[in-house]
Amino acid sequence: MSAVVTTSTSEAVWYMIRATGIMALILLTLTTVLGLLSAARVRTRRWPAFAQVDLHKRATLLALVFLALHVAGAVLDSYVHVGLLSVIVPFTSAYQPFWTGLGAVAVDLLAAVAISSALRQRIAPDLWRRLHWLAYGCWPFAMAHALGTGTDAGQLWMDAIAAVCVVAVLCALTWRIGYHRTTAAESDRLGASTRAVPVRHRPAVAGPGRHAGHPSPQARHHPPTGRTDASTPRTSTQLLERDPR
Amino acid sequence: MSTRVAVALRVRVDPVACEAYGYCAELLPERVTLDEWGYPVVDGTAVGADLVELATRSAAECPRRAFLVEEAGRTR
Amino acid sequence: MTTSTLPRVERLLHSGPGGPTDPGLAGHVALHGSLAVPARHDPAWSEALLAEVAAAGLTGRGGGGFPAAAKWEALRRGGRRPVVVVNAMEGEPASAKDRALLAWSPHLVLDGAELVAALSGARSVVVCVADDRDASARAVRMAAAERSAAGTVREVTVQQPPARYVTGEESALVNWLSSGDARPVLRVDKSVPLRLGRRPVLVHNAETFAQVALIARHGATWFRGAGTGDAPGSTLVTVSGAVCTPGVVEVGLGTPVDEVVRRCGPTGPVSGYLVGGYGGAWLAPEQASTPLAPAPLARAGATLGVGIIVALPADSCGIAETARITRWMAGESAGQCGPCVYGLPAIADDLELLAGGRADPGAVGRIDERARSIVARGACRHPDGVARMVRSALAVFASDAAAHAAGRPCAGRHAPSVLAFPTSPALVGEAS
Repeated sequence: MSAVVTTSTSEAVWYMIRATGIMALILLTLTTVLGLLSAARVRTRRWPAFAQVDLHKRATLLALVFLALHVAGAVLDSYVHVGLLSVIVPFTSAYQPFWTGLGAVAVDLLAAVAISSALRQRIAPDLWRRLHWLAYGCWPFAMAHALGTGTDAGQLWMDAIAAVCVVAVLCALTWRIGYHRTTAAESDRLGASTRAVPVRHRPAVAGPGRHAGHPSPQARHHPPTGRTDASTPRTSTQLLERDPR
Repeated sequence: MSTRVAVALRVRVDPVACEAYGYCAELLPERVTLDEWGYPVVDGTAVGADLVELATRSAAECPRRAFLVEEAGRTR
Repeated sequence: MTTSTLPRVERLLHSGPGGPTDPGLAGHVALHGSLAVPARHDPAWSEALLAEVAAAGLTGRGGGGFPAAAKWEALRRGGRRPVVVVNAMEGEPASAKDRALLAWSPHLVLDGAELVAALSGARSVVVCVADDRDASARAVRMAAAERSAAGTVREVTVQQPPARYVTGEESALVNWLSSGDARPVLRVDKSVPLRLGRRPVLVHNAETFAQVALIARHGATWFRGAGTGDAPGSTLVTVSGAVCTPGVVEVGLGTPVDEVVRRCGPTGPVSGYLVGGYGGAWLAPEQASTPLAPAPLARAGATLGVGIIVALPADSCGIAETARITRWMAGESAGQCGPCVYGLPAIADDLELLAGGRADPGAVGRIDERARSIVARGACRHPDGVARMVRSALAVFASDAAAHAAGRPCAGRHAPSVLAFPTSPALVGEAS
């Protein structure tokens, strides 16, 4: 009698682990896509940047909630032997060490990003930015973990979800890289250390815009050389002592 | 018994830190518009009580912490 | 050939009865007399010097025009031992006065630096000369060696930051000295001194120091013997363009622009004067009698800058020269602030099209609008200066601009430029 109860509780937990895991993955996909798009300055009147960032933060919070449940379930479940420590230290789990380990890596990266974002106003902006780059690692590890450990991998509905997530992230990534390339090209040309918003994202373009003429000298990339006057040298250091009579 | 003194606030942008994200212009269009390259043009008039919250939020949201809310008495 | 009828002012460029004297220490002392500078901090002496310079009304000769004594007062309120920096960078291509002064009289400059060091309690002086001006650097090093042999206590070193336009800006210079990064730093409160490490820095233009050295010898009343009541003293001006003998002249402040140009022998009719430098402003021929002093120039929409006058020959094209200046200045941007690094090339694009007679009808209005929009939105005044220069060009050369805009550009755009546009090395050094 008790064996039946244990089995059904264990199964319930097992389902819970899988369900919360999938939800966390979907939310992580959503937040990653939003992060990429807002960095790529993709915004519309209905979806201004601050709204995207807001949604990005909320999606991450929600993802963390589901992730917490997912991890709690995995630790507490008696069928799989995932110790609490293995959640944070990758590849030390007794159950499927490699695939669970990938999940642990994702947890570590996500924790770093989440904590630094919570403390954002207290740390240097540059430090926050560099830690936030770890976010690029979260989603791939989470996806690999899901496909590797997931008992549902191979099922059509799971494959469909995974495919949609992958396509979404790849599209957003392409957008992001394209934006980076365009702005980097122009700022390099002008020797700028700050990036202008590309033409298609500009609020109101006045006039012919940029580089209608010839390119500016790439002064920042020249090695130190002596100055040479480019025109007839009419200035001299000749001092006048007398009237030029 | 404490006296509350109203301090005039205004907003300012650190031009070196600014990377033209444009969140400030979205959140506080009453004081910030964007030029043709995406960089903020800031109206330095005082920020009233009705806009303080939005101004503070803009300062918090700026990824480069380039948007600043400060006392209006500061000299430039 | 018309010549100037105004009395000659020869203070900084004083040469004595026999002609130019040897710029070495012996010649310097023979010409100007010796100067006693206390080796240790002497409060009474410091107060006296500060009062004298304040009474003289000396303002900075590096373009800022601040009262020199005011900078020192900020540092007198105790704190760490400062560092004195002599700014002889001369980033303005149309200026040659700092080079001239260092060749003619390096000891006057070093005298002034030593005086300011003694007054403020500084023990070291750093002279900054651009890295492509080795002759000036040599002259200063030689002069410093002579002084040290003669027993001066304050150490004088020479540093050579990269030769770029913005490197001469105060905050950029101090930034380079402390970190190797020659880019300007945003300063919200200019009364807070710049720092080298923890030491406050006193930066002045080389000519300002030389003027201090003269005031210390001859007094405030003597100083006010030249110039006007509001703009006392003499100043060095570099004159170039449509003149027979371009070069550096010393004039009293308040001398009319055309008088200064007459000293160098104008070669013919002039279509405009560029005053103050590439970040200054154009004056029309009708404004030629504007006195070379801050207030009258400001009323005419111009600025004294570092004492530059370029007389544009009548057969040159003001629009073309303005386009060349703007393009060059765009390349000199430190690249930190959006409005400057993107705005200046856009304005240059339009000006080049306008100069070639290929601009669309809205170009002139657009140039003016963009120039107005980039002002006061950067960390330094680089875009502000260019904007002022461009807007003044559109005003002074208005009929020209209209003709160019209508597709009838003048032939003058093919005339060789009377301006210099040096090619530039990297702005940020390897150290950063």
